[in-house]
Amino acid sequence: MSEPVTAPPRTGTRIEFRDVTKVFTNQRKAETRAVDGVTLTVEPGEILGVIGYSGAGKSTLVRLINGLDTATSGQLLLDGTDVIGLSEAKLRSIRTGIGMIFQQFNLFHSRTAAGNIEYPLKLSGMGKAERKQRVAELLDFVGLGDKGRNYPEQLSGGQKQRVGIARALATNPSLLLADEATSALDPETTHDVLTLLREINREFGITIVVITHEMEVVRSIADKVAVMEAGKVVEYGSVYEVFSDPKTAVAARFVATALRNTPDQVEAEDLLAHDGRLFTVDLTEESGFFAAAAQAREDGASISIVHGGVTTLQKQSFGKMTVRLNGPEEAIETFRATLARTTDIQEITR
Amino acid sequence: MTTTYLAADWDRLGSTFLEAIGDTLVMVSVTMIIGGLLGLVIGVLLYTTRSGGVLQSKPVYWVLNVLVNFIRPIPFIIMIAMFAPLTLSVVGTTIGRSAAIFIMCIAAAFAVARIVEQNLVAIDPGVIEAARAMGAGPWKIISTVILPEALGPLVLGYTFIFIAVVDMSAMDGYIGGGGIGDFAIVYGYRAYDLEVTYAAVIVIVIIVQIAQLLGNWLSRKILRR
Repeated sequence: MSEPVTAPPRTGTRIEFRDVTKVFTNQRKAETRAVDGVTLTVEPGEILGVIGYSGAGKSTLVRLINGLDTATSGQLLLDGTDVIGLSEAKLRSIRTGIGMIFQQFNLFHSRTAAGNIEYPLKLSGMGKAERKQRVAELLDFVGLGDKGRNYPEQLSGGQKQRVGIARALATNPSLLLADEATSALDPETTHDVLTLLREINREFGITIVVITHEMEVVRSIADKVAVMEAGKVVEYGSVYEVFSDPKTAVAARFVATALRNTPDQVEAEDLLAHDGRLFTVDLTEESGFFAAAAQAREDGASISIVHGGVTTLQKQSFGKMTVRLNGPEEAIETFRATLARTTDIQEITR
Repeated sequence: MTTTYLAADWDRLGSTFLEAIGDTLVMVSVTMIIGGLLGLVIGVLLYTTRSGGVLQSKPVYWVLNVLVNFIRPIPFIIMIAMFAPLTLSVVGTTIGRSAAIFIMCIAAAFAVARIVEQNLVAIDPGVIEAARAMGAGPWKIISTVILPEALGPLVLGYTFIFIAVVDMSAMDGYIGGGGIGDFAIVYGYRAYDLEVTYAAVIVIVIIVQIAQLLGNWLSRKILRR
């Protein structure tokens, strides 16, 4: 009997990067530090989102995990085993325990959906009858029970990625690597695929590393997020921490793309065309915004909300609001000073 | 303008012609099988040993690449003369059908090698990466990913080579290899018998047509188009 897809939760892989560096040398001997001194731990069963612009080194970082690229220095421990410097044969056996999905799906065109899913099972030496059963289970699990005989070109993008996911899960891996797995999909399909990944993580306890350039992806499924820039992890923390209080400029830019709760430059200029002063206030549960607003009104100022958004992340809500104040200078200054004590407030000026 | 020529004596030539057709078919098939397989191996090695390939090896790639570039441009008729010593040591003679087949195999192998390599280069590297990520080794990747993924174009490549091999077989007359080409030269060209030459041409065209149709059909089936 093969292990049913709905097996009891296993323990996901623990990944530990210790000062890992990958240097590529091109033909003219010029060096590129694609990954530069990364130290990072992914706990078993966690979903880590790695975000960065293209060329930041995130793809390389993830390819080091399953040894598709070999790190130049450092240690990379998978459940305590350092994969750096392992022989190709040893790496092959480690790779059978790691699933990987890709932006372009990378399905075998010469095989049907079922044939694609069966491939890693064949590699693992599973018998034919068992393989057939397992493939049927996996097709059902990803919601493609009737598409087994279809060839990749007969499937939509979302269906192809589902086949990719089923193929990656076939050998019951304890780690799943997703390299821009939703970047070629439309928003709705992206949502479906992310939901499926989340389900896989919850149901099987598999550790998942998701590479993306879309903060929305991180927001919807990741527990932790690592922001990469020029080969380095410049910011790391829980998704809530990074979203509510990004420390670096690059993280702030990514957060802004997903939240859109502060006016961008064009919007700010439009808003500044009117009278009054503009403030952007961080809203947290303890921000005291409403009390300060009530006080400002009492002092004779008028206040109106002009931009903003509140969202829920990891069961906590937070957001930003931009307000316009008109009226006596003292009232406005009191409003600003009060909020500066309890939260973050910034004036938008030209 | 009138052309006079002796009417072909098919009663006399008939059986010789049939024998020639048989010889051509044998020479071409054996060459396609042996030369084709050898070419497949060299082509796959060219593709997999290049930088970034699953068997990446600079020296092997370099040697094979130079060898293929060296042998491929040599005209077949000169290759027959050039390889005579090798043919002698391997086949035991430099004339006759076996000697002809031997040289055809060498020539075909190197031509096939390039065509195989060119078709393999077109494979999406992503699928090879996916197989690697699943723990497949280089030989598994070659047999279960690279060759199946490129099968359709490979069939067309072999069809293309088939015609070149038929062309080669026509020149084997020079070393007594027999075949339709030889027949056309001996009984057609040298006997000033245009009808015989035309008959030989028609048979060759038919063989090539059949091969092309078969190749197209097979590759379409593989590519599901």
